[in-house]
Amino acid sequence: MNGVHDMGGMHGMGPIRHEENEPVFHEKWEGRVYALNRALNAWKKWNIDAGRYAIEQIPPADYLRMSYYEKWLVRNIALLVEHGLVTQQEIDTGKPAPGSAKATPPLTLANVAAAAVRPGYARPDDAAKARFQIGDRVRARKINPTGHTRLPRYARGREGVIDRHHGIFVFPDTNARFEGEHPQHLYSVRFRARELWGESASPRDSVYLDLWDSYLDHA
Amino acid sequence: MADHTESLDRRGFLKRAATGAAAASVPVDMHAQDHDHDHQVVPSDPALRTRALESLLVEKGLVDSAALDAVVDMYEHRIGPRNGARVVARAWVDPAYKSRLLANAGPAIAELGYAGAQGEHMVVVENTPKLHNLVVCTLCSCYPWAVLGLPPVWYKSAPYRSRAVIDPRGVLREFGTELAEDVEIRVWDSTAEIRYLVLPERPAGTEKLTEEELAGLVTRDSMIGTARVASGRGGKR
Repeated sequence: MNGVHDMGGMHGMGPIRHEENEPVFHEKWEGRVYALNRALNAWKKWNIDAGRYAIEQIPPADYLRMSYYEKWLVRNIALLVEHGLVTQQEIDTGKPAPGSAKATPPLTLANVAAAAVRPGYARPDDAAKARFQIGDRVRARKINPTGHTRLPRYARGREGVIDRHHGIFVFPDTNARFEGEHPQHLYSVRFRARELWGESASPRDSVYLDLWDSYLDHA
Repeated sequence: MADHTESLDRRGFLKRAATGAAAASVPVDMHAQDHDHDHQVVPSDPALRTRALESLLVEKGLVDSAALDAVVDMYEHRIGPRNGARVVARAWVDPAYKSRLLANAGPAIAELGYAGAQGEHMVVVENTPKLHNLVVCTLCSCYPWAVLGLPPVWYKSAPYRSRAVIDPRGVLREFGTELAEDVEIRVWDSTAEIRYLVLPERPAGTEKLTEEELAGLVTRDSMIGTARVASGRGGKR
């Protein structure tokens, strides 16, 4: 979706505020939100792409106003209700519905370290064919899907070169909507800064994006 | 058209969720009124909303508080930029390790015992006197947790995400890193599940330092690419 989250190349966002000796979590609740996210992911009711898509659907003004972990909190509440782990009424009252059964959490103190090592998103044994080779000139497709995509607006329609072949990976656009993993070959594509931003950019500089087969055409 | 409708419904849902968690401490009838209004409801303290959510989820048996404590402890005390610094120092002192790291970063990083979430698919890119690498995630906040821990606020912020790709030299200048015109910049926008770590240049005058001392010089920012490594302990970035 052409959301405010897709902010590469935007102006007017202000100076970068670097904090010396920044703590991992500024407040205790941020750590709890981070950990809750990890614990809820262990239910495997949704996936990383669906999680990102849920954040992208926060209304733009709220997206820009909310702190990072506030967005995570809102995202997790939305996913919990959407996937039936809690009801809106339980969220509203803060209490389990009377008579509801008590579940057994999949993430526990005993397995938390082991659960941190996850299988990842590569699907090397998938039969998908590679459409491109290293050195191929490609053009990122001009697409404007209303769903989740990892092809940023600033690269659409732009020409680049296949720089690396990463292998076969889960395709986020379908995975985010629970329409299947549909693994595809993934490449690092080099775009000249001038191709993306025009003559004011340095002729030496480039931006590399990791892009799936179906985001690309031969140039 | 179906997409559009779903999107609008989802947005309405997220808007309710944005204010809904606050309602744990608000009478239900007041909350119902909030739903009927289209204006932005002033959010309550996220700390309260988080506590209410955790308490509900524990009571329902959906999460285990002790596991949450352990996750927080893991990222506050064990998984952080010191991990990445040890990878960099090893690469500086051991050319064979450096070759393995640049060719296939995951197994080389695992040799030092580092693995886990957001470190499953690692690529290491090397800075040289004529080439500078900078890592960003313009779409969200992708970051190599396994070697750098959780990202600083600025990395996840709109100013960095918006400008790193269009004005990397300006961004670097804001971090106090001036690059000569003849240095090539490569910006890595983490649009997939590949996570990037910059191998910064080893500073001159560090020939006599031990691997552990070298690791002490390597800053988080130098492994994101917004800074260089200084030969003395100039700062903690």
